[in-house]
Amino acid sequence: MAAIIELTNITKTFGGVRAVDAISFSVERGELAGLIGPNGAGKTTVFNLITGVYDPDQGSIVFDGEDITPLKTYQVIRKGIARTFQNLRLFQRSTVLENVMTAAQNGLPYSFWEGVTHLGRWRGVERKIRDKSMDLLARVGLADRALQEAGTLPYGYQRRLEIARALSLDPKLLLLDEPAAGMNPEEVYALNDLITAIHRDFGLSIIVIEHHMDLVMEICPHIVCMNFGAKIAEGGPEAIQRHPEVLKAYLGDEEETA
Amino acid sequence: MSGYTEGIIILLCINAIAGMGVSLLTGFAGVFSLGHAAYMALGAYTTAILTVQYSMHWLPAIVAGGIVAMIVAYFIGVPTLRLMGDYFAIASLGLGEAIRLILENWQSVTRGARGYPGIDPYTTLPVAVGAFLILLILMFNFINSRYGRACKACRDDYIAASLLGFNTANIRILALVLSAFYCGVAGALLGGFLSFIQPVMFDMMKSTELTAVVVFGGLGSMSGTLLGTLVITLVTELFRPISQYRMLIYGAVLVIIMVIRPEGILGNRELPSFFRRFLRRDS
Repeated sequence: MAAIIELTNITKTFGGVRAVDAISFSVERGELAGLIGPNGAGKTTVFNLITGVYDPDQGSIVFDGEDITPLKTYQVIRKGIARTFQNLRLFQRSTVLENVMTAAQNGLPYSFWEGVTHLGRWRGVERKIRDKSMDLLARVGLADRALQEAGTLPYGYQRRLEIARALSLDPKLLLLDEPAAGMNPEEVYALNDLITAIHRDFGLSIIVIEHHMDLVMEICPHIVCMNFGAKIAEGGPEAIQRHPEVLKAYLGDEEETA
Repeated sequence: MSGYTEGIIILLCINAIAGMGVSLLTGFAGVFSLGHAAYMALGAYTTAILTVQYSMHWLPAIVAGGIVAMIVAYFIGVPTLRLMGDYFAIASLGLGEAIRLILENWQSVTRGARGYPGIDPYTTLPVAVGAFLILLILMFNFINSRYGRACKACRDDYIAASLLGFNTANIRILALVLSAFYCGVAGALLGGFLSFIQPVMFDMMKSTELTAVVVFGGLGSMSGTLLGTLVITLVTELFRPISQYRMLIYGAVLVIIMVIRPEGILGNRELPSFFRRFLRRDS
């Protein structure tokens, strides 16, 4: 199996801080991988580097056999990477449906003239965009809230909406940044099922950043653990749970705790 | 219909066309401009010179006026709209003044500060209303298409927009170029209405007024902009007899709106959805 994404020696510094320090890891096609680590370990920065929000100081990122390191954000996205955000970035004042349609339209074009005259392909393509968006909303359980303003949704639903919006880009790789943040245990449980179902049904590769260790341990067969910007461990859930560096990062040094 | 009423309707159409242009850029793409009168000036002078000097028919000349405004907007937009923040607002302010000064000093072509007289009065009532209706339909179609959604996405959160695969710089440039076309056409119609144009008509006051009307009507509401145009144009016209004191009333109207409805008359809603919401609240 070939790697869908491969990071080699990625480094990013902000002033004197090495936010990401020579990170290398790869994720296989169709894999569901977890990226864990304490607060400030640099996990979100890795996502920002993959999606071109930041440019790495060193190293390269190869996605689907192509070097995407120098590409701009929108070009990276068009190659087939979609992501959600730790702090939700929905279009708050638009409806739930509009939020998804805004993303879904990028795979379903019509020309400028068809747009301003509403002739030609406009009607058919707009219907396709709407149908596709409604299907995805139904998939994440938001179909009955399609016309509600996105900002008025309960928190857990806003997270689901972000997932639907990301899926509407037909990505090959989905990056989920703390999808369970701020959720109660039942919601985490339901989200767990949703992520596994999406992974199974859409044939995607997924990287998920998460603080809820039980969620990651349960759904991700491949886990990368970071601390202070560097990779400290990689492997399956059991290996990660026993890894001395991981235990040290999460529980502290014996000397410190003593 | 008396000539006076006719004049006011023509002026309303012209102001509404310019207002729609600025509304697209500021209300829908979230880019503030302080120099859109310059695009009106470019449209007005291009059309005036083409019809008077080169005896071109007014219809292609008006379109040419819009296109010249678009071209200038493109060259301003490319370097400034790739950056986020207030760069464009500052650049537009500079551009506005620069174009006015060029028009004032390029005597051989524009006849300078004394103005450009003898323009054919081609802006009759049907021409003004016709242009308004066509541009109105195209504008509403535009904002209810993928392009409108793209503009709103860039306005609400440009990082999220680029992470949904939008080239946000290009979308802002598209909005600017279209808004310049609308203002260019509005300027061209104004020239044909007054038969006389002067650089001072397109100064910073005019630019500020264009943006004020859009904020007044509600950012992100095209029908709000039209309503705002109606109110502001009528206030300035109906109180013409009391000459400069009407600016007091104009100012007072703006202050009152800002105090009682800071989001503008319609907020970010279009007229039908505004009424629906209003009725629901009542019942």
